[in-house]
Amino acid sequence: MTDRPPNGAGAIIAAEAAARRRRKRYSAERRFRRYGILSVFLALGALCLLIGSMTAKGWSAFFQTYIVLEIELPRVELAPGGRVDRAALHDANYVTYLRRALRAQVPDVQSRRDLRSLYRLLSGGAGLELQKRILSDTSLIGGKFRFAAVASDDVDQFVKGHITAGGGGKISARQAGWIKLLGAAGMVERRFNVGLFSNGDSREPELAGILGAIMGSLFTMAVTVLLSFPLGVAAAIYLQEFAPGNRWTDLVEVNINNLAAVPSIVFGLLGLAVFLSFFGMPRSAPLVGGIVLALMTLPTIIIAGRAALGAVPPSIREAAIGMGASPMQVVMHHVLPLAFPGILTGAIIGAARALGETAPLLLIGMVAFIVDIPRGISDPATVLPVQIYLWADSPERAFEERTAAATLVLLAFLIIMNLVAVIMRKKFERRW
Amino acid sequence: MKKKILLDMEEIETNGAPETFLTVPTALPDPEPDSVMEELTPTSKTKLSTRKLNVFYGEKQALFDIDLDVPECSVTALIGPSGCGKSTFLRCLNRMNDTIEGCVVTGGVKIDDQDLYDRTLDVVELRARIGMVFQKPNPFPKSIYDNVAYGPRIHGLARDRTDLDEIVQTSLERAGLLREVEDRLDEPGTGLSGGQQQRLCIARAIAVSPEVILMDEPCSALDPIATAHIEELIDELREKYTIVIVTHNMQQAARVSQKTAFFHLGFLVECNSTEEIFTSPQDERTQGYITGRYG
Repeated sequence: MTDRPPNGAGAIIAAEAAARRRRKRYSAERRFRRYGILSVFLALGALCLLIGSMTAKGWSAFFQTYIVLEIELPRVELAPGGRVDRAALHDANYVTYLRRALRAQVPDVQSRRDLRSLYRLLSGGAGLELQKRILSDTSLIGGKFRFAAVASDDVDQFVKGHITAGGGGKISARQAGWIKLLGAAGMVERRFNVGLFSNGDSREPELAGILGAIMGSLFTMAVTVLLSFPLGVAAAIYLQEFAPGNRWTDLVEVNINNLAAVPSIVFGLLGLAVFLSFFGMPRSAPLVGGIVLALMTLPTIIIAGRAALGAVPPSIREAAIGMGASPMQVVMHHVLPLAFPGILTGAIIGAARALGETAPLLLIGMVAFIVDIPRGISDPATVLPVQIYLWADSPERAFEERTAAATLVLLAFLIIMNLVAVIMRKKFERRW
Repeated sequence: MKKKILLDMEEIETNGAPETFLTVPTALPDPEPDSVMEELTPTSKTKLSTRKLNVFYGEKQALFDIDLDVPECSVTALIGPSGCGKSTFLRCLNRMNDTIEGCVVTGGVKIDDQDLYDRTLDVVELRARIGMVFQKPNPFPKSIYDNVAYGPRIHGLARDRTDLDEIVQTSLERAGLLREVEDRLDEPGTGLSGGQQQRLCIARAIAVSPEVILMDEPCSALDPIATAHIEELIDELREKYTIVIVTHNMQQAARVSQKTAFFHLGFLVECNSTEEIFTSPQDERTQGYITGRYG
């Protein structure tokens, strides 16, 4: 067999060479592992940096400064004749009561200019909040109660230490003095920012919330998933299980793969040209946004679905065919249940991508400033990523932290969706 | 190839190999005299028959003019080296080849005088009449019960739940598995051992009361004990079902079958009663194969 002597100089040299080669192989493996660990850490580091910086910037947006005022509601003014008239309550001017209460705390303000700048400590929306409060509990009329009025965004930013007073800034030295005074009286409070999650968009940063965007995103996603999931799964099943392997199916396959690589803005152009201009569908509506995103997600679902179906072992198919199952039964009873976790993962990842998509929605008008919270798929709406884009564009300092906060919410949604994908896969996964 | 075979034959003759193959029949587990009688009687009916069967995979021809009769209620073994077309032949018998792209079958295959490749024949119904057991045990990733109940369910063989229960029980019983799995019918069929899985597949196949059971190397993935189990089972099933079995194991063919067909390179070389094939093969290629000279 071998032409070198088993013992002797040749064997020793050969053994040394073999040992050298072995050492080289081991060190190559160690090197490769180190590269792998390094790249994993780089990726994790980038993620931590992103989430860390977003949290650092956006965390304060989850809290809002309130000025707690002792409000007096004279029965004479709000309920003349002792009767509470809801129509009259709607028309009443609640800002007056807020201002009265605020002025009572800072007695030395006299000139109109100073009064105006004092009143500017409160948010423009505080009156509406008070109205809501009173309408929900009319027994408050005729008494005194403590009401937490939303402070204006500048006060909020000043209290949070994001801006400084004086020097021609947003907060004058006098205003800073008043805030200090109110703070000393325990009237300036930082509370959890409920408005961020219960309001729609607003020009006033302290009133702006993401509920409108969340609802818009939910409606859009509902349309996207309802359209793309059944269509995508059906297409994947047909292409993988039933389609004859001819030139046409090859063409379809190539084009689906191409479609998956088309920049998303092109889908937006398609939506603009076809759904808005040709079919005359409503502008800015989640319906159109959903259809456009469904078209974008469809190739992803088809490709993932085909891969999942193709991974089902042929022995299961053969067993079912051998039992006399029709092709449809083979797919529905055996192949699809086994492929389902994979299809689901693909669909959820596609949906998560659609959730974070901005570009195509800009083109179909979902970038509009919309205050009302959408109630259906044809109401004008915007979505979370577009809201982030809009806020990032706003000049107010308070929008900066809100941008980061909205990004955090979007990231939370994405993490939840991916988590659901993992859990679903684990749950439906079956061994064969 | 032919040359090689001839060389092989020379070797057999010079090395005194005939003794070797003469010893093969002794491996037969005391051949029951009545069963031998049975198959030799001319009354033994033909269940499946092929005439001039040719199979092509695209350009390549896999089977050439196969004429073979499968007698009813007996075991027919198909032997031959790998790639000789015996599995292809088996899969023609329940039209499993339909699922392979580019596979063309010409010639006639008949079950009870009914043409298998008739356009009007319902292939789904056909596969209920001709069951199949595969090389690798392939139970569905469902419970043991559902595995067996699947066929009766899709073919609507059970009127109600008790009916179905009974079918499952008798099928498992007949497959010799009932005693082992009686108390865990809800557990997944994939959790059983290899041999049990294969018997589960047999139970699944007989649950729809087929007339013919095709077995494609059913024991090649099993250990000797499980193999012995399956072989016993095949011997019992022979009373009710016509069985065609592909095997690589010549001892197995000798043990379980009454008729043996030897395939080589897509041709049916020789087909005779098992005893004849193993004791006095007519063709030199058969002789070479069963003595382990090649293949």
